Amino acid sequence: MRIVFREVGQSLRRNLSMVISVILVTFISLTFVGTAGLLQLQINAMKTYWYDRAQVAVYLCSEVSPESVCPDGPVSEDQKGEIKSRLESPTLASYIDKFYFETHEQAYEKFQEQFKDNAVAQYVKPSQLNETYWINLKDASQSQIITESLAGAPGVEEVRDQRSYLDQIFSILNAASLAAVSIAALMLFSAALLISTTIRLSAFSRRRELGIMRLVGASNFYVQLPFVLEGVVAAAIGSLLAGSSVLGIVQFFVQGYLAERLPFTNLVTLTDGLLIVPLLVAAGILLAALASGLAIRRYLRI
Amino acid sequence: MISISKVTKTYKGAQRPALNEVSIEIEKGDFVFLVGESGSGKSSLMRLMLREDTPTKGSVFVLGENLSKIPGRRIPNFRRKLGVVFQDFRLLPNKTVHQNVAFSLEVIGKSQGFIQTAVPDVLRLVGLEEKADRYPSQLSGGEQQRVALARAIVNKPAILLADEPTGNLDPATSNDIMALIERINLAGTTVVMATHDRGIVDRLQKRVVELRNGEIIRDQRAAGYQKNPTGKIDLSNGGTN
Repeated sequence: MRIVFREVGQSLRRNLSMVISVILVTFISLTFVGTAGLLQLQINAMKTYWYDRAQVAVYLCSEVSPESVCPDGPVSEDQKGEIKSRLESPTLASYIDKFYFETHEQAYEKFQEQFKDNAVAQYVKPSQLNETYWINLKDASQSQIITESLAGAPGVEEVRDQRSYLDQIFSILNAASLAAVSIAALMLFSAALLISTTIRLSAFSRRRELGIMRLVGASNFYVQLPFVLEGVVAAAIGSLLAGSSVLGIVQFFVQGYLAERLPFTNLVTLTDGLLIVPLLVAAGILLAALASGLAIRRYLRI
Repeated sequence: MISISKVTKTYKGAQRPALNEVSIEIEKGDFVFLVGESGSGKSSLMRLMLREDTPTKGSVFVLGENLSKIPGRRIPNFRRKLGVVFQDFRLLPNKTVHQNVAFSLEVIGKSQGFIQTAVPDVLRLVGLEEKADRYPSQLSGGEQQRVALARAIVNKPAILLADEPTGNLDPATSNDIMALIERINLAGTTVVMATHDRGIVDRLQKRVVELRNGEIIRDQRAAGYQKNPTGKIDLSNGGTN
């Protein structure tokens, strides 16, 4: 065993530039994989956080509602009463956690707050904004029930599940993490190719020794092990670097920079990062072992 | 020991076979010269015996192994029972004489204790104990071939295959090497040696197998040749008796 490690050390030193390139490629590709993983964790955390808070809005007809959905003009008191009693009826009440009514004035205040710096805030009048029933469901995924029973009811302009807005945001984030994953996959593939080329080169530069080893009857395992270890050592260094840079991203970018600017967001923590690191290292080592094992097996046919 | 029957070897893209229906039996303790011009098939035959190649047709048995059928994982173990030397010595330039010989024992997993006694013993046998710490580049051709021989026999192989071991050496040095190989044979090791050197073949009076165009045209034992029957000569004290 001691001799195997001596061989690995010598060989790593001899092919230093190739070894460095293997380290860098695994480092960068696994950093991509790790970042994609972090993004996915972040998306999931935000999803559970926001989906739980997502409400269903029942917008009532206002004076500016289109006539096609509100033929009777603004909602009347009777219609409001009818909607409220439907929400309180046993069929719907079992799904609803709580609901409350938002008046024109409350909607106006909220609007002014949200569009503080926007010119539109000066033109809008309270009566133009919808009165709304805001509903919190017990199970946020069951908004369909509210939509079915209230959409099209007299005085209702629209039933809208806020999750439909969230879905758009999350699909954008998902696309971003998918892009990171595909870039990572491509880079991992090139890392695998680079590792096998390096191993082949290393075997070529030691072909004399290999020939002699085979002549005196060294076992395949003994001949091949130093090469596999060589790839594994290089990739392990690369994946450890990737792991530490993922932790660095969490510590300094997410917790340091983002957390300051997004104070109420549930961001990924160092614990999440520590969950990813062993996976990265395992992936890097496995990839290198496979790539160099295959390369050397094909190169060193007995 | 070695039993080759009706072996034909055709290399890819070659017009005629390198070996054509070759049969040969070599017994324990035999000393066989393979002679013939370049391209006559000597090297192909050696390669088959080493299981560096498999025959296109026919069978090769060496030390009880059918080399056409031996599984890949058993080949290393098979080769440990053979010693091999070449015209170009094949020493590792960045290792000393001692390390070169020790290397062949290290890679087959022998203990350091065994290596520390076996290597000096075999270097004494080939007369190089004084030069154990030299590098191959600091040795003459004859000395390098002695190192190669030491490496080949340190594991006490049953068969020594020598492919033109004197091809790069001057006549006087060649004689030294041949004396050493003869001594190895007398200790009981079967020797198969391919050579171009008529002088050596005529002088040593051993069994001679001549190949031409891939066929055996002569297989004869020299008049006074008797294969060493028991290998009684003891080499452990340097073979001086």
